[in-house]
Amino acid sequence: MKTLKDEGVDTIFGYPGGAVLDIYDALAHTDINHILVRHEQAAVHAADAFARAKSTVGVSLVTSGPGATNTVTGIASAYCDSIPLVVLTGQVPRPLIGNDAFQEVDIVGITRPCTKHNYLIQKTEDIAQIVKEAFYIAKSGRPGPVLVDLPKDIINTKINYKAPTAIDIKSYKPTYNPNIKQLKRIVSLLKKSERPMIFAGGGIILSGASQELIKLAKKFQIPVTTSLMGLGAFPGNDPLWLGMIGMHGTYRANMSSASCDLMIAIGVRFDDRVTGKTDAFAAQANIVHIDIDPTSIRKNINVQVPVVGDCKKTLMRLNEILEKESFDNIETKRTPWLEQINDWREAQFMAYDQKDIIKPQYVIDKLHEMTQGNAIITTEVGQNQMWAAQFYHFNRPNRFITSGGLGCMGFGLPAAIGAQVACPDELVIDIAGDGSIQMNIQELATAVQFNLPVKVLILNNQYLGMVRQWQELFYKKKYVWTQMECAPDFVKLAQAYGASGFRASHPDEVEGVLQEGLETKGPVVMDFRVAQEECVYPMVPAGAPITEMLLV
Amino acid sequence: MNKQKHILSLLVDNKPGVLSRISGLFSGRGFNIESLCVAETKEQGISRITLVTSGDDMILEQVKKQLNKLINVIKVLDFQDKPSIYREMLLIKVTAKASYRAEILRIVDIFRCKTVDVGPEHYTIEVTGNDDKIQALLNLLKPFGIKEIARTGTIALARESG
Repeated sequence: MKTLKDEGVDTIFGYPGGAVLDIYDALAHTDINHILVRHEQAAVHAADAFARAKSTVGVSLVTSGPGATNTVTGIASAYCDSIPLVVLTGQVPRPLIGNDAFQEVDIVGITRPCTKHNYLIQKTEDIAQIVKEAFYIAKSGRPGPVLVDLPKDIINTKINYKAPTAIDIKSYKPTYNPNIKQLKRIVSLLKKSERPMIFAGGGIILSGASQELIKLAKKFQIPVTTSLMGLGAFPGNDPLWLGMIGMHGTYRANMSSASCDLMIAIGVRFDDRVTGKTDAFAAQANIVHIDIDPTSIRKNINVQVPVVGDCKKTLMRLNEILEKESFDNIETKRTPWLEQINDWREAQFMAYDQKDIIKPQYVIDKLHEMTQGNAIITTEVGQNQMWAAQFYHFNRPNRFITSGGLGCMGFGLPAAIGAQVACPDELVIDIAGDGSIQMNIQELATAVQFNLPVKVLILNNQYLGMVRQWQELFYKKKYVWTQMECAPDFVKLAQAYGASGFRASHPDEVEGVLQEGLETKGPVVMDFRVAQEECVYPMVPAGAPITEMLLV
Repeated sequence: MNKQKHILSLLVDNKPGVLSRISGLFSGRGFNIESLCVAETKEQGISRITLVTSGDDMILEQVKKQLNKLINVIKVLDFQDKPSIYREMLLIKVTAKASYRAEILRIVDIFRCKTVDVGPEHYTIEVTGNDDKIQALLNLLKPFGIKEIARTGTIALARESG
């Protein structure tokens, strides 16, 4: 407990059990806040969102065996999205390890591929040092989840506390400061470029580099796009904003990537959802790739100027160097490029036509309008996630919390809970689908118990939406097992948990339900009966170049 | 893209699970391990893992970067670009019928390896050498009938520049 406090932990998301009884006993004597979830997966998702919203390390505590295995999905999601987490799992006493004991699993073995690092503590004397090291590894370099497995007899042993020494891991030394020579190459490429663009990602948000990004883009009039994880890094209401890039990105973002002559990629990993066909991606451009993790560079896309470094430090240095250089006539040089982008914007391929049935896009549009784009939005996965990304425009970082890399359904509600705990005075909204919301619906109890006024917005089309879309477009509309039958009445279910519930079944009711839902105190579930066979457009079919979009 | 064999020497923390992390990394990402040899070095707490992998340049670059990323891996050395010494040890059990027993012993003598076990119809030969020597010996012994082989996997150290 002391080590946790020394690391600045004020909140733990957890679920007790036999192996961690001693830890919970000790917890009672500290002032660390504990949020009791209803499923260990939710404990990890909540800690994940807490970490993102507050820019700190999230902490979860669960018991051994099934408690630990229930965290694996959450850990894998944090691993894919590079979120700093420390997950503490109980373990059976050391003599019983390997003996098929009650509630025993080799969680270190199971999570080896999906944690940044993990530990099984062998001596009580090691606890303080290892936990401190775990925090250091979680938040340094490219952040990631670290698991610490704590055998019960080790926690039970009483010893005198000995403060841990400073962390110095000789085999782990991330590179934060960029190579200046590489930065100078960027400057010379930028001088020659007529059609530059910036592609920013989650790394900007993790590094806190949003201001530096904005400064660079605006000074040199460089249009900016981001990946799903980067939304909010650049203001959505800025004229240089291209919208999200990739499989469900905007028309102008995808077209720009194919026509640009310089792409400055910062804090991204060129995931397949963004690149489409890799040899066709940004084929005309010199690509600069700034990332703290060398393995991301040249993994999928060959780049001309790789720079290993922390996003914020690198952009600060780059901006400093650029201050001293002279660039003439940026405005005139950029005009043809910006005009071309404007032409693409005019095409408006995210239009929707609403008559008597509520369109899901309309709900998000209205939500954005009514909250002025200021809410913290968590999402589930699938169509709800994509419409949230497309229609809710973010102006600040750390406001959009979604399971990007893993795409884990059931993320949204526990994430909303974690974000609400991190930011008690903010409006937190979970945008969900009827499929996803049922995966961790039990967390409504958590929200009610701790009076966390999260607002759950369900786009209820009675289908597993995104899968149905693929079945419609690529499997001749054969909807095999994607009809979500026998879903509960979400309004009644919310009320059964002690939350409030509202429903809108007609477009005229949408604004009213949103208004009432957002203004009602405490946790709220809003059930919007939307059009059943709506598709997310634009869409790039898997394996196609991202210029070949299916449009509305 | 050229698929080549690469010998990598890794210095790693001698902690439980490190070998599992490395083999997990290879299997998880679809890299292949042709051979693996691991033991302690002269420094307390540090082990050396010598592994032989294959792949084109892009894959090799990823393999080395991913290995470097592991917390317990201290250093990754690629012996491709430097003059180095490679050795592997084999125990080869070869059929040795009366009519050609002498021939086998002559080969053992020429290759300067040792006969470490003998039976009425077999010899077990111990050989240490680089890839070429071992391959040459195996080629010569094959016609007689090789019953079993146990190999250590390649180990390597760089030559001192001179």
